[in-house]
Amino acid sequence: MDNGLKKFSRSQLVVPLFSLFLLIVFNLIRDVGFFSVIVTTNNEGNTVLSGNLISILNGASELAIIAIGMTLVTASSGGQDISVGAAAAIAGSVFVRVLRENQITMPIILAAFLAGCVVAIIFGSFNGTLVAAFKIQPMIATLILFTAGRPIAYWINGGATPTVSSSLLNYIGSFIPGIPIPTPIIIVIIFGVLVSLVLRFTNLRLYTQAVGINERSARLTGINAAGIKLLSFMILGVCVAISGSIGVSRIGLINHETLLLDIEMDAILAVAIGGNSLGGGKFSLTGSVIGAYIIQALTITLYAMKVSSTAVKAYKAIVIIAIVIISSPIVKEYALRLRGRLLGKPKEVTENQ
Amino acid sequence: MQEGIVLSMHRICKAFPGVRALQNVDFTLRKGEIHALMGENGAGKSTLIKVLTGVYPKDSGQVYISGINREITVKSPQEAQNLGISTVYQEIMLCPNLTVAENMFIGRGNYRFVNWRSMEEKATEILTKLNIPVRATQQLVACSLAVQQMVAIARSVDMDCKVLILDEPTSSLDESEVAKLFSLMRELKSRGVGIIFITHFLEQAYEISDRITVLRNGELVGEFEVEKLPRIELVTKMMGKALDDISELQNRKASNINTDTAPVFEASGLSSAGGARTFDFKIHKGEVNGFTGLLGSGRSESVRAIFGADKITGGSVKVEGKNVRITKPKDAMKHGIGYLPEDRKQDGIVEDLSVRENILLALQVMKGFFRPFSKAEAEAFADEYIRLLGIKTASADTPIKSLSGGNQQKAILARWLLTNPKYLILDEPTRGIDVGTKVEIQKLVLKLAEEGVSVTFISSEIEEMLRTCSRLIVMRDRKIVGELTGDDMTQLKIMHTIAGEAAQNG
Repeated sequence: MDNGLKKFSRSQLVVPLFSLFLLIVFNLIRDVGFFSVIVTTNNEGNTVLSGNLISILNGASELAIIAIGMTLVTASSGGQDISVGAAAAIAGSVFVRVLRENQITMPIILAAFLAGCVVAIIFGSFNGTLVAAFKIQPMIATLILFTAGRPIAYWINGGATPTVSSSLLNYIGSFIPGIPIPTPIIIVIIFGVLVSLVLRFTNLRLYTQAVGINERSARLTGINAAGIKLLSFMILGVCVAISGSIGVSRIGLINHETLLLDIEMDAILAVAIGGNSLGGGKFSLTGSVIGAYIIQALTITLYAMKVSSTAVKAYKAIVIIAIVIISSPIVKEYALRLRGRLLGKPKEVTENQ
Repeated sequence: MQEGIVLSMHRICKAFPGVRALQNVDFTLRKGEIHALMGENGAGKSTLIKVLTGVYPKDSGQVYISGINREITVKSPQEAQNLGISTVYQEIMLCPNLTVAENMFIGRGNYRFVNWRSMEEKATEILTKLNIPVRATQQLVACSLAVQQMVAIARSVDMDCKVLILDEPTSSLDESEVAKLFSLMRELKSRGVGIIFITHFLEQAYEISDRITVLRNGELVGEFEVEKLPRIELVTKMMGKALDDISELQNRKASNINTDTAPVFEASGLSSAGGARTFDFKIHKGEVNGFTGLLGSGRSESVRAIFGADKITGGSVKVEGKNVRITKPKDAMKHGIGYLPEDRKQDGIVEDLSVRENILLALQVMKGFFRPFSKAEAEAFADEYIRLLGIKTASADTPIKSLSGGNQQKAILARWLLTNPKYLILDEPTRGIDVGTKVEIQKLVLKLAEEGVSVTFISSEIEEMLRTCSRLIVMRDRKIVGELTGDDMTQLKIMHTIAGEAAQNG
């Protein structure tokens, strides 16, 4: 028990969980009812849950999913993909284009999503190939798609920002009748379970970490290092397609300029807040997902405090700097030493006999 | 403090969680003396140095240095530097893309402006004084490793150093480079610098040092005058047991080779983009052979080509008589070949992963991406091999980077043994590790051969290869220039073959 506690205190999840805890406490002090969830009836006549807690969980969905993929890319390649927002616009545009050319039914939505997935995986492979085969730094390699992605999305729907309206699409973007929880939250849970199953039943974690820590050693034990990097970019492609489709379904329209704008920076931040090294190697997906929720909780808190939406980013930056500094090794070491002194921990030297 | 002593450490203790790294260790260094610090891996040499240079705080004990009349406490390497204690590490910590002069003066003084001319002149003056064969304006990266090492030393010495610590400075140098380094060390000695020389090479310790301090398991074994300490006694003191095992090793070899069946591995005309020139090679079941030659002769490149570690550019390969294609390490592994790389740090360990994951990695890769071992299986395998090879680690979950070099090497060895190879390539498995582990590894190689495993064993220490190998392949300039077996396997013959002269009779 004591051992388990000790192990936890060294885990990389301490700081993100503690930050989340602080945020929650801060909000509760400010407003006891901040996290209360109320049951209401929405425009479509469904009984649904609402409240700040639900908006945080719901609003962070796209970010949480992309953060998962970003963590894998970071771990394997030691760099970040900054083209995820642009790629999401492409996937979203493909999604809308397929929907618009067909009568919208559930199978067509699924087909449209799969088409978006395939396209996103192709673009992910493009990034992955640049990184794995041509050894270009991930940020530089993905800068290409970062620049070109939204124009490509523009071109997919002929320059328009078409709307697609269907109650079926609403099911994905907001609520399924009879289920009071927003569907994006459910999608995150399903995706999270899927990913943890993949990690459980394959060696994805071991290989990714090995490649990220020491690519040469990994290769000499028979691991296809380039393949693993490529794979991580392809998985991120899937994440991007899911998030893009959710984003489109929320508003029933594709705007290639604004869909998931700036999400790449939030995703990288989520990875960092989650205690993951941006230099690759060992990783925790849980940490990144918590990071995503911290970012969203912060945003919602600031909005609730009537901070103007332009100023929000500046406040966010302050909090994030604080979190990143707290989790830096220097502060951690200092905290450990301080704790040792406060508790008067006995020296570990044993007496000579 | 007594006259003539520059440094004295008294009853130093240092403990890490679960390990007593140093217990009441005394160490004294005289002015103008070269003092070898020896011991097996984990004996406490590095810890002692790190305590002295302020990397670790000591738990108890006193340190005195000449010129200061009270006990000193070194809190950081920077402070050690200011007190006149300089360290040159095995891995050279200089900036390769700066010039020699820049490297010698970087980070010193409070100047805002640099007078390049005077800096270069001063550097040249020091370099000539110390007989270091390099121009001050040369880029460091263009110098040989030995010269880089010497520049690092020159830098420390110029900073008014009383105590110079050389941590395994010779492990990546060849013989002529070692000779150059030694002449520099003698030069410094004559100038009154006290030198602490950490090494695994017995010959080198005897060649250059005045006294030897031996540590074992964090305790002081003793301080000896070199002339009064026979080698065998030194080895015994380092290991803490009589070393009769080594002689026993001989004569066990060469009895298990099975030449009736097709060779386990046979290559013809093999070459690689990594620098292996076309060569032929074969090895039989139960045979131990070795590649020998000077540094850069192509021995490592050849075995890398066998394992498919570099891009293969030509040649054909047979495993047990059947034609196979080996283009990447995984192909070789599938055919039962294991490869322990020369550079443990860069090519062997995966630093942040646990000992268990490191041990299991190769077997796991062979089993497949979609078939991970269960936790219980992984633990059983790792625990078995940790016990079998006597790997000293706090637990199987400890990151491998926190193990000592010898134990890391054992873990990598375990990684390949676990795959149950038919043919195992060991490239410098004993480099930078202590005598005890060396003997253990040599014994293991012979035991594997008895069990029918073929082994290629590469070592810079010829004695070691003579003890274990039954056939030696001699390389020069990336070509195989000779093959020695049986009575031909003598140091002299090898030297002659390497040198390319006709072997003299007798």
